[in-house]
Amino acid sequence: MAETEPAVKSKPRPIMRISLFLVSHSLLFSVVCCTAGIVALLILPLLAKNTYISENALMPGSASPMLSNDDASDGYRFYNRIMDLDAKTTIAGNEIPELIAEHIKELDGEVNYHKFLPISNKFHPLHFFLGPDAGIIQENFTCSSYGINTVGIIRAPRGDGKEAIVLVTPYNSTKITTGEALSLGIAYSVFSLLSRVTWLAKDIIWLASDSKHGEYAAVSAWLRDYNTLSFGDLKLQDEMCSPSISNGFRRAGTMAAALIIKVADSSMEFEKDNLKIYAEASNGQMPNLDLINIVNYLAVHGQGLQVRVEKIWSLLDSWWLKILGQLLELLGSVAKTLNPQWKFGIPVADYVEGSATLASSLYNQALGVPTGPHGAFRDYQVDAITMEISPKFYSSQRALFLLRVGRLIEGVVRSVNNLLEKFHQSFFLYLMTSPSRFASVGVYMIAFALLVAPLPLVATSLFSDASNSKPEKDEISSKSLPTFTSWKWLSAAKTVLFVHLWSATVTLLPYFISKIPNSTPSFNFLSWIELSLASFLFMYAIPGSFSSSSTTQPQRNEWALLKSVTIAAAFIGLCLMSVINFATAEIGALLLVPMCLTVLPLRLDLKEKPVRAFVRRACNVLLVFLGFPPIIFLLLKGALDGFSSVGFGDFWNWAESLWAWNSATYIYMCMVHLPCWVLCIRTLLHRC
Amino acid sequence: MSRLKFSFLLFLILLWGSESTAEEEKEANEEFTEALLLRPLPDRKVLAHFHFQSSAPPTQTYGRHHYIFPKSIYQLVHKFHIREMELSFTQGRWNYERWGGFDPISSSNAKPPGVELWADFDVPQNQVDDSWKNLTHALSGLFCASINFLEHSTSYSATQWSFQSSSSGKLRYGTLPREAVCTENLTPWLKLLPCRDKAGLSSLMDRPSIYRGYYHSQRLHLKSDEFDTSKISSSGIVLEQTLTVVLQPNTFSGKKLQPSWSLSSLFGRKVTGKCSLSNSSNVYVQFQQNLVSEENESREKSEAQKNEILIHEGSHNNPLFALSHPPKRVIKEVENFQKEGSILYEYSVEDYDEYGPFELGLRWKVPVIWSCQQAPLHASRFLLGSGNERGAIAISMKSTRSNDIEIAGLDDEKACSLRVGIFQVVPWYVKVYYHTLEVFLDGESQATMDNIEKIHVSPSEDKVSPGVMEIVLRLPCSVKTAALTLEFDKGFLHIDEYPPDANQGFDIPSAVVHFADFVANMSFEDNLSKEIPILSKLQEKIPVRSYTEVLLVPLTTPDFSMPYNVITMTCTIFALYFGSLLNALRRRRGEEERLLKGKGAEKGPLSLLLSRLSAKLRGKQWEPPKPSSSSSKKSSVNYKLVAKVVLVAGIAIVWQFYYQ
Repeated sequence: MAETEPAVKSKPRPIMRISLFLVSHSLLFSVVCCTAGIVALLILPLLAKNTYISENALMPGSASPMLSNDDASDGYRFYNRIMDLDAKTTIAGNEIPELIAEHIKELDGEVNYHKFLPISNKFHPLHFFLGPDAGIIQENFTCSSYGINTVGIIRAPRGDGKEAIVLVTPYNSTKITTGEALSLGIAYSVFSLLSRVTWLAKDIIWLASDSKHGEYAAVSAWLRDYNTLSFGDLKLQDEMCSPSISNGFRRAGTMAAALIIKVADSSMEFEKDNLKIYAEASNGQMPNLDLINIVNYLAVHGQGLQVRVEKIWSLLDSWWLKILGQLLELLGSVAKTLNPQWKFGIPVADYVEGSATLASSLYNQALGVPTGPHGAFRDYQVDAITMEISPKFYSSQRALFLLRVGRLIEGVVRSVNNLLEKFHQSFFLYLMTSPSRFASVGVYMIAFALLVAPLPLVATSLFSDASNSKPEKDEISSKSLPTFTSWKWLSAAKTVLFVHLWSATVTLLPYFISKIPNSTPSFNFLSWIELSLASFLFMYAIPGSFSSSSTTQPQRNEWALLKSVTIAAAFIGLCLMSVINFATAEIGALLLVPMCLTVLPLRLDLKEKPVRAFVRRACNVLLVFLGFPPIIFLLLKGALDGFSSVGFGDFWNWAESLWAWNSATYIYMCMVHLPCWVLCIRTLLHRC
Repeated sequence: MSRLKFSFLLFLILLWGSESTAEEEKEANEEFTEALLLRPLPDRKVLAHFHFQSSAPPTQTYGRHHYIFPKSIYQLVHKFHIREMELSFTQGRWNYERWGGFDPISSSNAKPPGVELWADFDVPQNQVDDSWKNLTHALSGLFCASINFLEHSTSYSATQWSFQSSSSGKLRYGTLPREAVCTENLTPWLKLLPCRDKAGLSSLMDRPSIYRGYYHSQRLHLKSDEFDTSKISSSGIVLEQTLTVVLQPNTFSGKKLQPSWSLSSLFGRKVTGKCSLSNSSNVYVQFQQNLVSEENESREKSEAQKNEILIHEGSHNNPLFALSHPPKRVIKEVENFQKEGSILYEYSVEDYDEYGPFELGLRWKVPVIWSCQQAPLHASRFLLGSGNERGAIAISMKSTRSNDIEIAGLDDEKACSLRVGIFQVVPWYVKVYYHTLEVFLDGESQATMDNIEKIHVSPSEDKVSPGVMEIVLRLPCSVKTAALTLEFDKGFLHIDEYPPDANQGFDIPSAVVHFADFVANMSFEDNLSKEIPILSKLQEKIPVRSYTEVLLVPLTTPDFSMPYNVITMTCTIFALYFGSLLNALRRRRGEEERLLKGKGAEKGPLSLLLSRLSAKLRGKQWEPPKPSSSSSKKSSVNYKLVAKVVLVAGIAIVWQFYYQ
């Protein structure tokens, strides 16, 4: 660090001088950086850019739609037949697949059924990051437990069959809803058009997935079989529980893109038909922005639909966002008067809406749980989105609705069909602030970088303080100083290491808890906490695991070293997580950084005014209180959905969904956030 | 004057002489024939197969001058000593399930998408590769295609037994799956015909209609035994040119009835007579014999229907369909136990001219469904796995026959086996591990060597040669499904090795699957049909062969703007490294210290602050530097600097405002 020879004051190198300067001013620097980080996050809706179609080959909307009224009315007839079928019989669930297959065959398409069993959502501790894995298939099953996907394929005339575009329509074969039947009708009308057109270069796969066991499960089961040597390849015919035709598993090359078409049952609040786009896949992966762009472009400019992406509704009414928005608008107008070319101000309504969308986008990415069946495609590097269309119609206008949505899908298929290369031009890392605005990684990582930047500086400054303040007091010869400090550093690091080891056991605990039969979520949650506590105490009891020197000879600066190592560990954890799932790291940094930076021992006597000391302590306690994951989760949930709906077991359910979806957020929460929180508590309760 | 007369006479004599030699040559069998075969397909499409054959007698007896046979091909053969060669340009995929996989046309004319070329040379072993390279360049120029990309040793391979029964080791095989096929390739191909597309059957080739079809494959097959010294009587060079298209007749008939069509509705043109240079010019309409009427579902009735075709063969008032003209003759295929025979209706276009063009029409009377005969196993190939690191190629074969176990049952039931040959070329950047070859029969993994009759593997060498696997499997006849898997790692390419549009992925060429025990041929009753090339071609015994799909492997592609980033970054690192190195080398420690001591006093306010800070950091009491006379000088220098900066900034601001 600093020079060991104080006698000769050689001039340090500039880079050293800058870092020394920063380290010595770490308090100011960290306050400035953290504030700037939070501000940068808040003004992201301002910085978001308008989307544009980056890949020239896509050319959306350059061809006029070919889907005619006849196709739409065919689709409507198909819809009616399905609804009739549903009204008549709901026995085995084989009727709808057979009907679809019959229609596909009439269109000269190839058809096959894909049977699958649901995969139980088990916690596999070692299966994280191992990609799409085959789970354990239930042993005892009956025919009705099979889901049957119907797969229709159109081979592109003159195409070389290397690539395919997938259309997915999930429906529940046991009880089909109007919306699902409509989505089948849309897919049918598009499919019947595509079976006639001459411009196809990629094959078209229509997957009518049976969402009996969940929409995601059906699609992921089909994809798994598509990418492995599946049962259908190995056995020609399985006599049991299958409809009449089943000649193996049919494939059609590498998938270029996938569209999941869903029709929501009703929408009352909008004056137009509206289209909702879901894009988040597992671990915050997003499809290429171009795919969203073409859907948005064609829906808005081609068919006049209203496009939305998910947003957190309760944020729309929040007073502080509005005030912030007004402030920013004011700033923008002031800037505009200074220089008319500075146009960064946006209206309050836009800002609030953008922030709500951004928050939802950030949260969904951070959660790492796919928001629909499109997530299954992302596991195989296929760009996919779910389009949920809420019609605003009376029953007479259904054919018209089919026509509009069919044309939209035809346009998207045609665009993707134009594509020579796979999607790669546009962004993969972005946050949406509205369907036509996005914040790319280059913009939103500024906030994270600003938040994280103080961590290494504060760690260094604490470390150097702790090691330098010692000789001042005791006047030990400078020769023995480095060895002494390094020993202390090691004991703090040991503590941190043991806490992290403990957190690994906490991570694995739900695996055992979930094996308890018939347990309520709150019971599970309680037992998780209790077991964690027990294991912590056990760990504490191990001699030497927690720095024992504190008991024999309480040292003033031990907490500083501990805090320094904690901060360093948090920094490493956050940086690692930012590579895996940026949004998680962003939210994690928001919670973790202020807590880690401000925490000081409660009994620390800094010879300050009592009011200030009280404020500091209260602030510490509050931040540490908020830093506990279940508390912040329950508080946020309560703030957004109302506290009446919050139950104690909700956190367990949430965590369970995280590990069931192999989300890295779970790992982050248990192995980075939790140990840092524990270490902060330790610092807080440190005896001085 | 007399001189002029004499010369005129000479000219006449010469002219007469040349004409007479031409007649002599014609007697010496330089031949050209053209034929068109039309066949309705079960999925409401029509197969049109043009077949042109020109042959030149051997050079020894005939000389080097030809008047029909294309000179470029003759020179090609002589220059590169080609024994046999096949070049095909294909767009679209042959649908083996619907269009059949057991007849001569599908076995020899269903080709993989893009360009496929194989050639067998008659040169010493060490010259084969050179001949191949030269040949690719020559063909590339001849056919306006990028066949020259087959020149690299990474793109072609030697096959042992997949294309010829006898392995000479001089056969080279290469494909370009991504080659786009269009009329620029057809025009040079047509130039090889004596009448081009001006007369004869080739005048039907209206470009928009033949490129609108579902499958389009133009093929050129060359066979010569000129260089074969062992043979005494050589037959010269035979050039066979075929164009196979599958068209969809536009009709407005209902969905049930097969579409009716005529030549002009299919091609948009009519035949106005034959190419006058051709020996024969025939149109055939082929009906597969297992046409059965949809309405009559009982077996007996359909039998009756089948007989009806036979009964009514002469006339054109068939119960199932009606042809607009009565055929010149009807050729029946001999039915054998392997398959049911089909019927060919022959028409000759010789009798038609511009005023009465040949216009053949087919009209279906009743809804008809039938199925084409399938190859014993239907092969499909696909990729397994996901991600950019590794994957697997799987070839899955499914039995298409419910009935034909007795086909290969020429030998007795126990030893009944099905020999399947697979030939697979894999580019080097897909690194196949051949030891991971796994064979599944009916879903059960087999000990690999049990079912392999022979295998020949040449692993790929990075940037030198592709991996080649030729394998002959011996499967039990009762097998329902068979599957082969091969695992591979995806390699990395050098940045300049990426093709354009690298983000599309990389192609693995089609695998060839052939069934050595099965021959796809027709046998006709007439002896006459031996004389017509297309018919003799149909009777030729060739093994059943099919191609699998082309696969697209996504490889990791760099961001191609990355070189710029890399250059910037490395430059920065170099600058930092060399800067600090030079700095360290230049400095002398003793000097530094002396300088510092001397300068210790003269510190500006900033350095004062810094020293205070560092002192604070190090926990020392800060000692204010001793004031000295030079400090004022130093500060005045600083003020000068500040003044300069202010001046420049002022000029800049003035500049800005002045120009706005």
